[in-house]
Amino acid sequence: MAKQIDITDLNVYYGDFLAVSDVNLKIAPRSVTALIGPSGCGKSTVLRTLNRMHEVVPGARVDGQVLLDGEDIYGDDVDPVNVRRLIGMVFQRPNPFPTMSIYENVIAGLKLEKGRRIKKSETDDVVERSLKSANLWEEVKDRLDRPGSGLSGGQQQRLCIARAVAVQPRVLLMDEPCSALDPISTLAIEDLISQLCREYTIVIVTHNMQQAARVSDTTAFFNLAGVGKPGQLVEVGQTQKIFTNPEKQATEDYISGRFG
Amino acid sequence: MTLRDPMPHDPLSAPERFLRPARIPEGELDSIVAPDTVPAEFHEPLGIEGQAVRRGDRVFAAISKGAGIFILVLTGAIGLFLAWKAIPALQSNSVNFFTTTEWLPDSTPPVFGIAALAFGTVMTSIIAMGLAFPIGTGIALFIAFYSNRRLSSALAFVVDLLAAVPSIIFGLWGLQFLMPRLEGPISWLSHWFGWIPLFSNPQNIYTRSILIAGIVLAIMILPTISAVSREVFLQVPQGHREAALALGATKWEVVRTAVLPFSKPGMISAAMLGLGRALGETIAVALILSAVFEINWNITAPGGNTFAANIALKWNEAGSNGLSALIASGLVLFVITLAVNMVARLIVARRREFSGANS
Amino acid sequence: MTTPVLTTADVSLASELRGRRLPRWAPAAVAAASLAVAGVLLGIGVIDGLVAFAVISALGFALGQSVYSFVVEGRRHAVDRLMTTAIYAAFVFALAPLVAILTTVLVRGLQVVNAEFFGSTMRNVSPIRPGGGIEHALVGTIEQVLAATLIAVPVGVLVAVYLVEYGTGRLSRAVSFFVDVMTGVPSIVAGLFIYTGLVLTFGMQRSGFAASLALLILMLPVVVRTTEEMLKLVPNDLREASYALGIPKWVTILKIVIPTALSGIITGVMLAVARVAGETAPLLLTTFLTQSMNWNLFNGPQASLPTFVWDQISSGTPASVDRAWGGALVLILFVAVLYIAARLLARAYAPKTR
Repeated sequence: MAKQIDITDLNVYYGDFLAVSDVNLKIAPRSVTALIGPSGCGKSTVLRTLNRMHEVVPGARVDGQVLLDGEDIYGDDVDPVNVRRLIGMVFQRPNPFPTMSIYENVIAGLKLEKGRRIKKSETDDVVERSLKSANLWEEVKDRLDRPGSGLSGGQQQRLCIARAVAVQPRVLLMDEPCSALDPISTLAIEDLISQLCREYTIVIVTHNMQQAARVSDTTAFFNLAGVGKPGQLVEVGQTQKIFTNPEKQATEDYISGRFG
Repeated sequence: MTLRDPMPHDPLSAPERFLRPARIPEGELDSIVAPDTVPAEFHEPLGIEGQAVRRGDRVFAAISKGAGIFILVLTGAIGLFLAWKAIPALQSNSVNFFTTTEWLPDSTPPVFGIAALAFGTVMTSIIAMGLAFPIGTGIALFIAFYSNRRLSSALAFVVDLLAAVPSIIFGLWGLQFLMPRLEGPISWLSHWFGWIPLFSNPQNIYTRSILIAGIVLAIMILPTISAVSREVFLQVPQGHREAALALGATKWEVVRTAVLPFSKPGMISAAMLGLGRALGETIAVALILSAVFEINWNITAPGGNTFAANIALKWNEAGSNGLSALIASGLVLFVITLAVNMVARLIVARRREFSGANS
Repeated sequence: MTTPVLTTADVSLASELRGRRLPRWAPAAVAAASLAVAGVLLGIGVIDGLVAFAVISALGFALGQSVYSFVVEGRRHAVDRLMTTAIYAAFVFALAPLVAILTTVLVRGLQVVNAEFFGSTMRNVSPIRPGGGIEHALVGTIEQVLAATLIAVPVGVLVAVYLVEYGTGRLSRAVSFFVDVMTGVPSIVAGLFIYTGLVLTFGMQRSGFAASLALLILMLPVVVRTTEEMLKLVPNDLREASYALGIPKWVTILKIVIPTALSGIITGVMLAVARVAGETAPLLLTTFLTQSMNWNLFNGPQASLPTFVWDQISSGTPASVDRAWGGALVLILFVAVLYIAARLLARAYAPKTR
């Protein structure tokens, strides 16, 4: 499977208020795409529409098309629950379930899906595979039954990543995954992202431009059209190009720190 | 005069230097602060002498501390006085206080025991809890997660209004309105499930029973359980709910995975607070339950008694030993409700240190 | 960018994404069907009465929806719908008694309440005849509750001040814990305590004032807790600004902190009053009932609204039961007005915390 996302003419509304307008973006398979831009420009909003998480806000809706490998995730008979299994998400603040052990945290998504009918050998495999994918296995393999909340911030975030990949999604969405972490943990997560993108397509929202430059293959720059106007996708392109020779003036202004 | 750096070269790293006070070597202090260069007029007294703590502050602090101590004294005094006045009856009792069901403290010899009272109190409370806990939790979940945002504070207000209704009105309404309407369904229950001893009803009379009293109690403690649970559910960090949702969970699965486990100590506390209220409820039970001093396992049949209701009903006709006996039963009730409430508070306090603080 | 190549894996993606969902009209249809079935059962006499009808339709709906959903949507969504139904049902269970109580009290009480009801006592009124009123009871309740409030408020506020402004260490934690514990003291135990402590031991008379003291025990924890919360909401910057001006602590508390929190404190007091105004049990133990007016709080038997209702319902005659409902209506109006006013006041004046 290709694991790519095609966004066409996406408009995001909160009630009658148009928050983001006219997004057209192709996210290449097994690559890292960074969404950057000043705060409030809609990058997190767009990210959340990719796994239909915006629907928890009453009145939020979208216009347009979001295709996952050719299938519209907003199709009439598409179940949002299934969409979220196929497109996983990692959040800004690490949020392992505090009442569950590390082991239970990793298989939390799997248990929801399969019910109680999974064998221990199967779950053991999944736990080891996921924790290894998240570069956490060596550190926690001897204390899998300890609570998930007892780890450090960086470890907790890797646990959340392990939990997300345990259900074998096609795409991994990351909403500012390092902004609550210290620089050393941030580096560890960034290393992890470069490894994960061999297997998964990754879309990451970050307000840290240097991080986008370090980590991503493609960068999309979002900006507000004006005060009180909706957010827009201003420019998208190869990260190298965006950061050295952007086409739009606004992009260059943001990159060089003249605003944002 | 040159300004010399007062701190000698410190081999410790910068952060540690801040933790240790800088030590100024002997003899250097005078050269740093040179009193003879300060003009004379700045040597006058500044007028800040006085008591370090003003008298007004001392008095006020003492008064409010006294008020605090008063609370402790009051709670202790309740137990003490009840115990003291209960002794005469307990000493005069000719039978076992805990296992006897009869209540004849003014007879010669006095014969009284709390077995029937304890049974009735526990049964009505269990029934009340069994009904109110799931329903109260459901209401709390509804207000916290399932209802319209704008509606939820209005709905919370309405449920809390139920808590403001005085117990005498519950008793009146339960007796006059609810009981006649429950006769039908309860007789149906007894008819179809009478093979379970609990529901059998040999005389086919369905009024003034422990079951009805329990049902009214359940309605009375609903707001307590619901309000406390609601607070607990609203405290579940949004991150946990989002994490569950992002894994592909249905709404109920989010509640089951992220909300309920996190809220367990709070829910237990809510249940126990509700229990405490049910145990001590007097008037509604006194009006509804037909007062009999027996252990009646047929909860759909009339008859039963609780600590609180018994005290209210027997009070004015009791002789001096009778009063003392009622006080003794009141002491038992006080100890039980005290224990339940203390455990409820301790559970929340203890778990708060363990789970929630880390996340 | 490469165009997607359709592989066999993608064909299964379609089925993975899609979940068959129930049509939007499904719940309404199931509800209609179960109501119909219940109605038929009622009609042919298998079940009897409104309660049974409601229960059967509700159960039928739950069952029908669960089966329908299980077949179409699968286990997980079926469970989700079932739990949603249960949770909505729980809410109905909460609303129904409240509505029932309020309407019953209103309907039955209004039959009795009139000017005479407010203006006369039960003196010389025979229990089996209609007539008479609650004037004596109203006076009693107002006096008893007022006396309790006059003592509870200063003491309660002082305890809260201690906990918030001076409280560190074991004593403060103990006091806080025991305030919580006091909220759980059953009202009848409060009455018992006043009786044993003051009447039996010190020879105090059973009177309206003894009742006030019992009510005081019940009010104190509520006043302390709400005042404490209000005091904590006063920003620390305010206190520090005051200290920086050289104002001593006790003056700061009295003149700055408490006035800032005043509306919240008043709300708490009103809630406490609403709680105790309807208490019957402690009054039964600490006062003697009477049918006549007694303005003297400290001497002699005194009636009150809750004991009036108790007394009338205990008489049992139709006329007395009617009067009981009338008394209940006045009582519930009294409590409800206080409670609602307190909540509105809190909402209007409380600093926004969210």
